Amino acid sequence: MKVENQKAWYFVMPVLLLVAFNALIPMMTVVNYSVQETFGDNLFFWQGLDWFEKLLRSERFHAALGRQFLFTGTILAIEVPLGVIIALAMPRKGFWVPVCLVTMALPMLIPWNVVGAMWNIFTLPDIGLLGYVMNHTLGINYNMTQDPLAAWITIIVMDVWHWTSLVALLSYAGLVSIPDAYYQAAKIDGASAWSVFRFIQLPKMKQVLIIAVLLRFMDSFNIYTEPFVLTGGGPGNSTTLLSIDLEKMALGQFDLGPAAAMSLIYFAITLLASWLFYTLMTRNN
Amino acid sequence: MALELRSVTKRIGGIQHIKPVNLRLEPGHFNVLLGETGAGKTSLIKLMAGLDRCATGQIMMDGRDVTALSTQKRNISLVHQFFVNYPHMSVFDNIASPLRVAGMARSEVEARVEEAADLLQLKPMLRRRPHELSGGQQQRTALARAIAKESNAVFLDEPLANLDYKLREELRDQLPDLFAGRGAVVVYATSEPEEALLLGGRTGLMHDGRVTQFGPTAEIYRNPRDLISAEVFSDPPINAAQIQKQGSEARLNANVKWTLTGQAADLTDGPYTVAVRPHHVSPVKSTDDAVPMMGTVQVTELNGSESSAHFLLGNDSWVSLAAGVHPYRVGEDHRFFMDASKCFYFGPDGTLAA
Repeated sequence: MKVENQKAWYFVMPVLLLVAFNALIPMMTVVNYSVQETFGDNLFFWQGLDWFEKLLRSERFHAALGRQFLFTGTILAIEVPLGVIIALAMPRKGFWVPVCLVTMALPMLIPWNVVGAMWNIFTLPDIGLLGYVMNHTLGINYNMTQDPLAAWITIIVMDVWHWTSLVALLSYAGLVSIPDAYYQAAKIDGASAWSVFRFIQLPKMKQVLIIAVLLRFMDSFNIYTEPFVLTGGGPGNSTTLLSIDLEKMALGQFDLGPAAAMSLIYFAITLLASWLFYTLMTRNN
Repeated sequence: MALELRSVTKRIGGIQHIKPVNLRLEPGHFNVLLGETGAGKTSLIKLMAGLDRCATGQIMMDGRDVTALSTQKRNISLVHQFFVNYPHMSVFDNIASPLRVAGMARSEVEARVEEAADLLQLKPMLRRRPHELSGGQQQRTALARAIAKESNAVFLDEPLANLDYKLREELRDQLPDLFAGRGAVVVYATSEPEEALLLGGRTGLMHDGRVTQFGPTAEIYRNPRDLISAEVFSDPPINAAQIQKQGSEARLNANVKWTLTGQAADLTDGPYTVAVRPHHVSPVKSTDDAVPMMGTVQVTELNGSESSAHFLLGNDSWVSLAAGVHPYRVGEDHRFFMDASKCFYFGPDGTLAA
């Protein structure tokens, strides 16, 4: 006879409650907004999937989405190889290991809005160190509040400065876990430095690199604070990434319905892209 | 190919890790390095393999000085105790990797890999990746790589240490055949005396960065040069105790004494250390001149068909290892018999006297 014991459910209850309150319920309120038109005095009108349809057809959304992919793609293309190179160059033992680790970790410890403010001041043409040197010493016209290209370069450099360490530190953790025996085997075979990287270091780093790429993808795709503080999405709309656009719509224009629909689509894209990334990267295992 | 070490030493941070080692290793049989963990086996192998530089001394291969030669140019193979294979490559590619690096023709590579895989029963696994193999198969892949490479010297650094008992025995039985007739110097490091006895054409005993004795395995087992060598080449540890020799009598304490015969009888009177292997101390009187001794039993073990007992005799802890099942009671006194004809006598400086 099969004895059913349902007590196990009690043990799952706390986490179910927690997830319900911090994820499900808020998300459902967003779903609720996304299918209605909202007016003052708590007046709601059923709208169906109109907001979704309009949003998916809107050029403004397409532009923001394009900028978002451009931003994320660029920073991944820079931070991942750069992080791996830094990890390879870091010492494996001795006095310089903790020095390197702490130095690398520093940018990540700074609050995001402070990073934005720091870079904002740093790049001011009249008093910022970078801005002043560029404009007055080197004679390069650099003003990111006026020039979209300068603004783009600045937010990308800022993100690279802020987050390359994460990739580097994770890769480094993967690297130091490789036993000496592997390097010895390669040495005995007479393998080149490239072969050592390709056949020993990269495969052994793969697991942590997948995590690094995923984290960097999700974080950069959802990035808000730093570009908001640094450029505010400008000049014009040139650095208006998805999250900044969303904020403008929701809180600037108070279009709760379209903003809710956009949040859900935004969320779906992030989820889908992360899943794709993960599936592609782990395909061979 | 012969590998010769001339006064080779190695220092790590001012501490002499390998003390001057002189060895001449020949092909055609296994050269076993036997010693405890930390005795310097791996360090010595790294020096011979060229993975480390000697502080002083020379390493010769067939009379040619290779001390300054890189690992790659020495053409050697090394198999570790844990399984080192390229995780990303198939078994075939793993075995082929050193051949490809050497720029060997494709057909030759395939022929050699096939042969090595055949010897190590890896044929059905050639397309698999290392992580899809069992530990035994992974280690066989590493061995196949060493064989396919046809190197001058093969270093096996405790290659069976991470395999389970059954696989270890199986592979150990195959090992001598695998390397027979290949002309490579085979060096096998182990911490188990039994492995040395099973494998060793010649054995070098290592202790504290020094090779204390080197020679045909059976010979050095029977004739340890000094107390340390006797201790290294004994498992369970050899029994050792201080005796006083006077005339033809050896006296361990007031109750245990025996008459010396042969060479031992001719020694000058004085203090000596007697050493006798555990299986020559038995609870059963087997020969007429066996020396009786009473000891307090401390620990007993029954491993299959053998019984071992650790007992206290004076201040010394002794071990007896005897065939059959013997009823020991821990804490009680028990009579043991020592086969006096199997005793070694070492002088105060530790070298064998008789």
